[in-house]
Amino acid sequence: MTTPYAIELKDITKRFGSKVIANDHVQLTLKKGEILSILGENGSGKTTLMNMLSGIYFPDEGQIFVNGKEVLIRSPRDSFDLGIGMIHQHFKLIDILTAAENIILGLDGPSRLNMKEVKAKINELTGKYGFDLNPDQKIYDMSVSQKQTVEIVKVLYRGADVLILDEPTAVLTPQETTRLFKVLKNMRDAGKSIIIITHKLNEVLEISDRVSVLRKGKYVGSVETRDATVESLTEMMVGEKVSLDIERTKPQGVEIRVEVRGINVRSHEGVHILRDVSFVARSGEILGIAGISGNGQKELLEAIAGLQEIESGEILYDAPDGTVSKLSEMKPEEIYKLNIHLAFVPEDRLGMGLVGSMDLIDNMMIRSYKDGWRPYVDRRPPRKLAEEVVEKLEVQTPSISTPVSRLSGGNVQKILVGREIATSPTVLMVAYPVRGLDINSSYAIYNLLNEQKQKGAAVICVGEDLDVLMELCDKILVLAGGRVSGIVNARKSTKEEVGLLMTGGKGDK
Amino acid sequence: MNVILTFIQQAIGQGIAILFGATGEILTEKSGNLNLGIPGIMYMGGIAGLMGAFFYENGNENPIPVVGLVVAMLCCVAASVLGGLIYTFLTVTLRANQNVVGLALTTFGTGFGNFFGGSISKIAGGVGQISVKVTASAFRARIPVLSGIPVLGQILFSYGFLTYLAIILALVSTYVIRRMRVGLHLIAVGESPATADAAGINVSRYKYTATLIGSAIAGLGGLYFVMEYLGGTWSNNGFGDRGWLAVALVILALWNPANAIWGSFIFGGLYIIYIYIPGLNRATQELVKMFPYVITIIVLIFTSRRNKPENQPPASLGLNYFREER
Repeated sequence: MTTPYAIELKDITKRFGSKVIANDHVQLTLKKGEILSILGENGSGKTTLMNMLSGIYFPDEGQIFVNGKEVLIRSPRDSFDLGIGMIHQHFKLIDILTAAENIILGLDGPSRLNMKEVKAKINELTGKYGFDLNPDQKIYDMSVSQKQTVEIVKVLYRGADVLILDEPTAVLTPQETTRLFKVLKNMRDAGKSIIIITHKLNEVLEISDRVSVLRKGKYVGSVETRDATVESLTEMMVGEKVSLDIERTKPQGVEIRVEVRGINVRSHEGVHILRDVSFVARSGEILGIAGISGNGQKELLEAIAGLQEIESGEILYDAPDGTVSKLSEMKPEEIYKLNIHLAFVPEDRLGMGLVGSMDLIDNMMIRSYKDGWRPYVDRRPPRKLAEEVVEKLEVQTPSISTPVSRLSGGNVQKILVGREIATSPTVLMVAYPVRGLDINSSYAIYNLLNEQKQKGAAVICVGEDLDVLMELCDKILVLAGGRVSGIVNARKSTKEEVGLLMTGGKGDK
Repeated sequence: MNVILTFIQQAIGQGIAILFGATGEILTEKSGNLNLGIPGIMYMGGIAGLMGAFFYENGNENPIPVVGLVVAMLCCVAASVLGGLIYTFLTVTLRANQNVVGLALTTFGTGFGNFFGGSISKIAGGVGQISVKVTASAFRARIPVLSGIPVLGQILFSYGFLTYLAIILALVSTYVIRRMRVGLHLIAVGESPATADAAGINVSRYKYTATLIGSAIAGLGGLYFVMEYLGGTWSNNGFGDRGWLAVALVILALWNPANAIWGSFIFGGLYIIYIYIPGLNRATQELVKMFPYVITIIVLIFTSRRNKPENQPPASLGLNYFREER
């Protein structure tokens, strides 16, 4: 111990109320110039622990040392002053301001703004670490990954030596993730210390030097990344051996359910989003949809659910009893009545499908408020449904009358997906069902999808993680630039083949 | 020619009170506070200034114009800030609904003005008897040589100092919002108080400061109306709906005080144009008086269709900030 640790936490304990112990005597060390991953499932106390470093919470017990000196961090300002910067999962940026203006927000300095000087300093930072950032660009014009860059530069601009990133890759495409990791490595090589909170094991192995694992608020241990494997880390994280294989059964009772014939969709701005898309979805099968995000996945599912107007083409539904109906000419609620359900998990998780300030029962009722003896609503079925979803999916909630915005992201997602699954749909469409979820919750959701498949539903699943899609689905449809660039058999194809289809397929048809 | 000159002068005269109100309201709204109490605060500022001048002139044998002016300004600002303080205390500290508090404050302020206006009328000896000629003369004093220039002098230099103060305040406000650090922080508070808070900006302090300064500026609009426009008298409800025009002008100006300058002249012109249009009867006059509001609605439709984020109202306008609420 010749050089002191950049950060050392000793016996940190944090309680919420008298019952919940979020962190129970947690130990943590961060060396200078290393990338440390903090790994743990949802609710294991990762974020709480980091919030104590960034001054949002104050620990009940324990000591924090920065560069070997004991410190008290009472507010975000104290944390800045100690050179600690945290990049939250939800970006804290002002949309109508430029990147540069956001970066200097809240800083002291001459009362007259000198943006030239600020921009010069920003360009120096971005050049040094290899960021791609235009200081004059407005936030509302930026992609998620650009916004994240602004957040990181903001922290560096304030002179942070320790960066904490809370699930930085949850909203990034694989390419953006690669770019982010390159920049993080540059920063490490320049002597910065970095903590990444994550539960994506592959990324942990790729980027970090060391891994510390938390489980249920307790510190499990740390390992050097080179000594770790996906299996050993999972075991530390979950506390038991977990099988990471998804049980893929052979499709049974395969019949055509949905036929999409040459649909074209344009956005309000007139941009061609879907071009001549045709495919069939069959019962008893999981059809995966792969593609770089924003290549028409959302519009495709919405078109089937009747939420997106199509310019040309048609969508047919072949019901189990043999009747054929034309979905492309029906209203969303009529389509829903045919048991064609869509669960879309947007980037901010809540946005579409659930209302944050309403409780579980009311959120279940969004789907059934038209039933019952009008003008009265019947609250009993949604209450029963809420209880079922909570029990079946192990949703952690104080009660079913808790507003969903108070629940953690994973639990919110379970409610959303659970609500759509609960009524045993004949066609189930899910988009990004495991976005931001930990391993156990993800596998719970995969199992739910498999269960639906075995029950004979036609499942369509838009996913981000190619590894998972390859394991889960029977067929994979690849979208590139709004066109179907290929439909492959997931059992026989390789990840490389699909990856190639994701980027290619532009020139030829 | 002369008619046009008079029209321009009258339009500017009408516009200045609205300009004060709009500049004050823009500063307030930039902090996320939708202060619909501005019309009431303008009443309060006007009557307080008048009362100050009235008691000063009544209490002195030989009142000095400049002293009357200072007394009137101080009383006006004090009363307006008091109005703003009621608003901020209720909405920022106690987190009451902004619309309800604002509308209540307007009702209160109008009543406040009429009550004290009536009271000092009684002291002065009857309706229409209040006169603070000496103080008003200071407010109405014109720039000596320049105002004598024909045409140009009449258009540009034939006003009291409050007119120029209104324009300067609007320009300074724009400069502060656009170019100064406090302006950047103010925008952040109005757009997303949670973000501003996380960046270490004291949200409550910015909301208080912006609203109180905004109220003081708006109050000067009331004082302008009483002193320069009416020449130091009071008539109940005489201020009319100018306060609401100020709130409408905020939208026309797209939350930029500098835009409010020409906007106020347009509003002022439209407000009195019925006098200059021949052949109007009492009913059609009222239709013509509607123009400023119609234009505001057209601008509103136009800008919301263009959908440029910078031209939209501050994102958290009308919402109270509470740190622990997620």
